Amino acid sequence: MALDKQTTAKREFKVVGTRPLRPDGVDKVTGKALYGADLTAPGMLVGKILRSPHPHARIRSIDTSAAEAAPGVKAVITHADFTLPDDEDMRDILVNCMAFNKALYDGHAVAAVAAISEAAAKAALKLIKVDYEVLPHVTDVDEAMKPDAPVIERGRQAETVGEGFSENVTSYCEFGHGDIEAGFTRADHVIERSFKTEATHQGYIEPHACLATFTTDGKADLWCCTQGQYMVRRVCSAIMDMEASQLRVTPSEIGGGFGGKTTVFIEPVALMLAKKSGRPVKIVMSRSDVLRASGPTCSSSMDVRIGMTKDGRITAGHAKLRYQGGAFPCGTVEMGAMAAFAAYDLEAVRTQGWNAMTNRPKQAAYRAPGAPMAIYAVESVVDELCQHLGLDPLDVRLKNAAKAGTKASYGVTFTDIGLSACLAAAKAHPHYAAPLGPGQGRGVSCGFWFNFGGDTCVTLNVNMDGTVSVTEGNPDIGGSRASIGMMAAEELGVPFDKVRTQVVDTASLGYNEVTDGSRVTFAVGLATIKAAQAAKAEMCRRAAMIWGIDAEAVTWEDGCAKPSGPNAGDFPPMTLAEIAAVSSQTGGPIAGHHEVNADGAGVSFGVHLVDVEVDPETGATKVLRYTVFQDAGKAVHPDYVEGQMQGGAVQGIGWALNEEYIYGEDGRLQNAGFLDYRVPVASDLPMIDTVILEIPNPGHPYGVRGVGETSIVPPLAAIANAVSRAAGVRLTELPMSPPRILAALDAARPKAAAE
Amino acid sequence: MSRIHVTTSVNGDEVDFLCEPDETLLDALRNRLGLTGSKEGCGTGDCGACSVTLDGRLVCSCLVLAAEAEGREIATIEGMAEGEALHPLQKKFIEHAALQCGVCTPGILVATKALLEKNPDPSETEVRYWLAGNLCRCTGYDKIIRAVMDAAAELRRA
Repeated sequence: MALDKQTTAKREFKVVGTRPLRPDGVDKVTGKALYGADLTAPGMLVGKILRSPHPHARIRSIDTSAAEAAPGVKAVITHADFTLPDDEDMRDILVNCMAFNKALYDGHAVAAVAAISEAAAKAALKLIKVDYEVLPHVTDVDEAMKPDAPVIERGRQAETVGEGFSENVTSYCEFGHGDIEAGFTRADHVIERSFKTEATHQGYIEPHACLATFTTDGKADLWCCTQGQYMVRRVCSAIMDMEASQLRVTPSEIGGGFGGKTTVFIEPVALMLAKKSGRPVKIVMSRSDVLRASGPTCSSSMDVRIGMTKDGRITAGHAKLRYQGGAFPCGTVEMGAMAAFAAYDLEAVRTQGWNAMTNRPKQAAYRAPGAPMAIYAVESVVDELCQHLGLDPLDVRLKNAAKAGTKASYGVTFTDIGLSACLAAAKAHPHYAAPLGPGQGRGVSCGFWFNFGGDTCVTLNVNMDGTVSVTEGNPDIGGSRASIGMMAAEELGVPFDKVRTQVVDTASLGYNEVTDGSRVTFAVGLATIKAAQAAKAEMCRRAAMIWGIDAEAVTWEDGCAKPSGPNAGDFPPMTLAEIAAVSSQTGGPIAGHHEVNADGAGVSFGVHLVDVEVDPETGATKVLRYTVFQDAGKAVHPDYVEGQMQGGAVQGIGWALNEEYIYGEDGRLQNAGFLDYRVPVASDLPMIDTVILEIPNPGHPYGVRGVGETSIVPPLAAIANAVSRAAGVRLTELPMSPPRILAALDAARPKAAAE
Repeated sequence: MSRIHVTTSVNGDEVDFLCEPDETLLDALRNRLGLTGSKEGCGTGDCGACSVTLDGRLVCSCLVLAAEAEGREIATIEGMAEGEALHPLQKKFIEHAALQCGVCTPGILVATKALLEKNPDPSETEVRYWLAGNLCRCTGYDKIIRAVMDAAAELRRA
């Protein structure tokens, strides 16, 4: 490890760290790039889904006869067309895609039709008669946990949950070390606060879309926008009870995912409609369907207690996290409980997490799933302690920062991490010293994400004209074709423009994990470097054959095979192109490939600084200045690293200030559109400044760490802390929308003289 | 319900199609004319991914009926480059890494071109307010604004 690290630190890069134009840029600025809804097939039908208007209802019966008889209708399906798989996870995914005995949330799919036109499909949906027995519902996490709450599904509770909860509570987890009560006793001041955060949505601009075909001999093809074509194949083949090899999944270009496209919602429905009708079927979700029936985040209710000495040392931390992840068991609270105190080197820490089921859609991953809310609560209490004790919030964080050798609250011992470097960079940045005007405040927060590696498979072909084709299996969400191609070019010693990276279908490569956990530049990059090394070894062998010397006596340098050792200088170097040109005479095509379950992803820390101004008349918060500091390990393409830092920060700003799922008393989602579910727009924001730190990850040949997720974590608390300093009110509920801030301001104002 | 015959001009080419009376211009462009560069992100005029110009005026094509295109001139993302030559805005978007997933990019480019035709020297604030109807979820808008400002400067020099 130490040796690798040293090599990384000294390494000088030629391609990595530069900013070439992305290879898919022209397609994407000219409208040529094909996304999920952009493909058509001859004879294609339009698929439409009927959704439950009730948050919780028993389905007594579904009468599809009138719809089946309607003009232009080629297939109608319900749960009766599917068989429940044995595997529990697969069963939950299927039941989420098509309700069985009960509708579990507003928008839950109950039937679907395929017809020759949009109009015919819509008309047919109206002819389907569903007999519902409406049941009591619950959408709030705290309400759902109460012993007398309406139960979503019986028999899902783990034994570890214990007494005193409703059956909606499915799991309990606990992490930590040390004696927290002794720690609180040592503190000069202890603050305990309760927090609530509402569910948010990933808000990708491209709604889910797919096109399915099914042949009478049992083969199927699926085109869809997804973060993982192999996951889609695995899930859909299990649900359709077919062999994985008989289903080919081709990923379209993907119009944003952020974790929300790491599962399926419409794909099994399209496949079943295609099977039943014998025709290709396209389904495209509406925006309202996306918000009601794809996978938003958990909402949360949390209690955090932290003790601190007068000089800013944290003596103990305790967090109790309660998350709801919709109508199915969900493990996200565990990640929140692991992440909550990850930024701190603590002697005594304890985190506990409970998951509850509610009548809401099944949550899906959203950028650092589970971490933003837990860290928001912890970072808010740390900040309030700083305010109470009159301490600088960056100094306190530096004093307590996790570093190499720290035993994290979730059990691991950190190796080299970049938190202190981010904090020091923030402290030294002109932003931190800039003057603030009246009504303005500055907030700070740390952020953390674990990062992930996982199953990865890459093939690299050296073409006879001296170009290189890299074949990888992860859709390009934010410029990964560029970063993967750059690492191949770096390792081979050829210019970037000689490498073309293709994202391929499930028939062309072995299993690749979904694009999640900020894993692609790390794990696919790692596999690409290893595949390039294998190709280099083969090219050295071919050169040795041509020269009539031992393969061991050939080295690869600057894109050429060179004789070395006793043969050094005996033959002029052969370039990759020269070796490739004669490959047919030396044994055939040259390729390298690598398959790995990559570990060593290397955790990621970041620190955000934000200045805000709160309007006391309206309660509106304006973000004035924003700076992101983040450890990238090694930034392969700095433009796209900055892009991840900026994009995540702005999603976090939305989560902090505006975005929320609003359920009415009737259990229906009240804001299922972009007008009322308000994501940040250009005029809401300043430029988002970025400072990339590079503390090499010992687990990657170039030191790369994932950068995609950490950036959404700090904005929640950074903005809450800034609002507290700007307006003198500390909000413990997200989002801090104008009505909530105004209510807090009104509560804090002296009572009017008349009263 | 009988279909309506519409004759219109798209990116300078005269085209005609049959559409339903309630069909949107966006659906006609995508499904009848094969121009899938304009995207549907919401269908309610909130996201701007379907932006086109109608007789030079910027519109959300999901809020325009296809039948309203009769006799008008429509410009879409597919008409922005001249053959192989990208429009300066398209070049600057690639140079500034102003796109990640790229699905909002066609709408933002069409909207921005319309802005620069009205106002060749916009301030950052003017660009931000003009683009407030075009949602981008990936970039945080920073690199988009920089690309627009740089392209505007280049177009003024040209």
